[in-house]
Amino acid sequence: MAYKNPQQKFQGKIKEVVLGEGLKLGGESVLPFYSFDGDIGNTPKVGMEVWDIPPVDWPEGLMNIIKDVADDPAKWAKFYTEKYNPDFITLRFIGANPDTLNRSPEECAEIAKKVAKNVDVPLVIAGCDSNEKNARIFTKVAEALPNKNYAFLSAVEGNYKEVGAAVGLAYGNLVVAESSVDLNLAKQLNILLTQLGVKPERMLMNPGVSSVGYGFEYVITTLDRIKLAALEQNDTILQVPIIMPVSFETWKVKESVASKEDAPEWGDREERGIAMEVSTAVGVLTAGANAVILRHPRSLDVVRGFINEMVN
Amino acid sequence: MALTGMDIYKMLPKKNCKECGFPTCLAFAMKLAQGGIEAEKCPYMSEEVKQKLSDATAPLMKTVKFGYGEKTYTLGGETVLFRHEKTFVNRNRFAVMFSDVMSEEDINGRIERMNKVSYVRINERMYVEIAAVKCESDNKEKYLGLLKKVKDECKDAVPMIINENAEIAKAAVEEVKDLGPILYGANDQNYEEMVNIAKQYNILLGVEANNLEELYKLVEKIHALGYKELILGTKAVSAKKAFEDVVNIRRTALITQDRVFGYPAAVFVNRLSKDKFLQLSYATVFVEKYASIIVLDDIDYSIALPLFALRQNIYTDPQRPMRVEQGIYRIGQAEENSPVLVTVDFALTYFIVSGEVERSKVPSWVLVPDAGGYSVLTAWAAGKLSGKSIAKAVKDFGVEEKVKTREIIIPGKVAVLKSDIEDALPGWKVVVGSEEAALLPKFLRDYISKRA
Repeated sequence: MAYKNPQQKFQGKIKEVVLGEGLKLGGESVLPFYSFDGDIGNTPKVGMEVWDIPPVDWPEGLMNIIKDVADDPAKWAKFYTEKYNPDFITLRFIGANPDTLNRSPEECAEIAKKVAKNVDVPLVIAGCDSNEKNARIFTKVAEALPNKNYAFLSAVEGNYKEVGAAVGLAYGNLVVAESSVDLNLAKQLNILLTQLGVKPERMLMNPGVSSVGYGFEYVITTLDRIKLAALEQNDTILQVPIIMPVSFETWKVKESVASKEDAPEWGDREERGIAMEVSTAVGVLTAGANAVILRHPRSLDVVRGFINEMVN
Repeated sequence: MALTGMDIYKMLPKKNCKECGFPTCLAFAMKLAQGGIEAEKCPYMSEEVKQKLSDATAPLMKTVKFGYGEKTYTLGGETVLFRHEKTFVNRNRFAVMFSDVMSEEDINGRIERMNKVSYVRINERMYVEIAAVKCESDNKEKYLGLLKKVKDECKDAVPMIINENAEIAKAAVEEVKDLGPILYGANDQNYEEMVNIAKQYNILLGVEANNLEELYKLVEKIHALGYKELILGTKAVSAKKAFEDVVNIRRTALITQDRVFGYPAAVFVNRLSKDKFLQLSYATVFVEKYASIIVLDDIDYSIALPLFALRQNIYTDPQRPMRVEQGIYRIGQAEENSPVLVTVDFALTYFIVSGEVERSKVPSWVLVPDAGGYSVLTAWAAGKLSGKSIAKAVKDFGVEEKVKTREIIIPGKVAVLKSDIEDALPGWKVVVGSEEAALLPKFLRDYISKRA
């Protein structure tokens, strides 16, 4: 008997969502990298993280790379786009946190405008630890940068009305719906945003991410189930591309944080951090993420190399 | 193809003797078709039918073994494509590659790094289980020399003999036969001799071909020789192709229900790239998607920490939470005046809490009582996290000897436990901590400065 490849064909298809002026996400009608089954849609995208304040506690090698630009997010973003060519820049307002500078939404909007002017890749706007504050930041930033198709990370159950109304309805940007690692919660939030009037093609989702080793099985299983529901059962509510801020999680776990003195046998801290970031990013890309956010230029390089090998 | 209950019923003696424990032969046949019972239970079945039935009702993917004693490992036996359907059961094993044309220095370096990776993560020791030893010199003495060296110096690892020359392979298996080695290298030219060696020593045989079509034909030929202790691989050198091959081997077994590919698969990620981080990328993919042996060029902690952690996550039972060992954990240079925090033994919670405490840079003690392996609120609701269980942990783990402070910090979500704990722990004061782990760094810094 001759061998025949088993193929899996699906009825459903993930929507194509445009970030910025032409960066396309999603559009696939098969599982991630299953090009042997059909159309894998747009190649997964990789972005880099830039902060509104100079970071502390980042590995020394990385601090050295950004030392001349870290106090100016606009310069920093430009430097990254010119040097590393990421698909997008994630501007994260750590300085808006009440524990740091407690920066006002108006100040955030000014910074975002400068960064947007300085780069020609799309922006993904991320806030601080407070959902309530984020709603106010996002409203001001979206207002300052209307109809840009920038993605705002993110709307959660507690603030989706404010974020959805401002970002998605009033000022023509993309809303990222964030839930915590559960298919039903993800679906519920997508429904709520849709009922608010946000168009599905103006939405992305982050169903919750963690680092490898930290309940990551739930992340993978949630991604598997979302993609299967979207493709196999043609669940249109879940046919939304997925973006995951991998770096927000991987750089705070023990493996990336422990210094050489804390764990001498573990070796170089920067290498460990990169490895945790790379493995987590590849882990979620293989299960269904359409875009990931990374911190280290080396990680960007590796993850992009990985994607190219898997699609070409 | 799987048999239905009616197919099986037709083959039964139809005596309705009930000796199998079922009221009728039909009921027994139905159960057999679902795989819930063994054909052996019927005392009146002919040998021929028994054989036919046990073949037809065997798992779609065979479970195979290698190793020896307590280092015996099982691979395969998987029943699903996605872990939410029904757990991945037999975790993949990692291998580091040695070759007899490598320099002495290279070999020694790899042995040293491989032996250095050994640590405990959530009650499980992490180390490289397999030493892949490849014959490239085609020189028997040289190869056996390397094999012996690896056998002597990598005490934790079971050897995987990678060799297509049957004569050298036989001598190699003889050399390490007590360790239950894997013999990898059966191909279209040598398969008869290789099957004979594998049969003689009853060891796992790795079968490899250029592509799935050739592999399929080769496995059929090996089946004809009556050997079924196999692991499959292809010679794919692109990541895209290797991924396609492994996914399709698994799908052919489980969806097409074709037992020719009903075996676990091996992937050499070291063939796909020489870059350490790219090898890590591919290893990550193949932990998630279906490889049972993953061969790396080399290993160190930076690669091991994510890979073993990922494997531990992926190969868990979705219905059973992972638990950490109860006890008192020291974070940073905690001493007798450092804060004492209580959390639960649900692994995810413990890791998040200890990570945030670490991030705070405030040296602390983290006390993990018996909380039934639940998260904070669930443990409290189930009565597993209580004044009594926390007081018991304080006594059992000698907290009063370790610290001078008589203050204990509890998770904000279970503030209601405050008076219970104070009743159960005379002389101690309970401080209610933050509601979320993410707020712990700030909480701890405030706590310390207030106390000072």
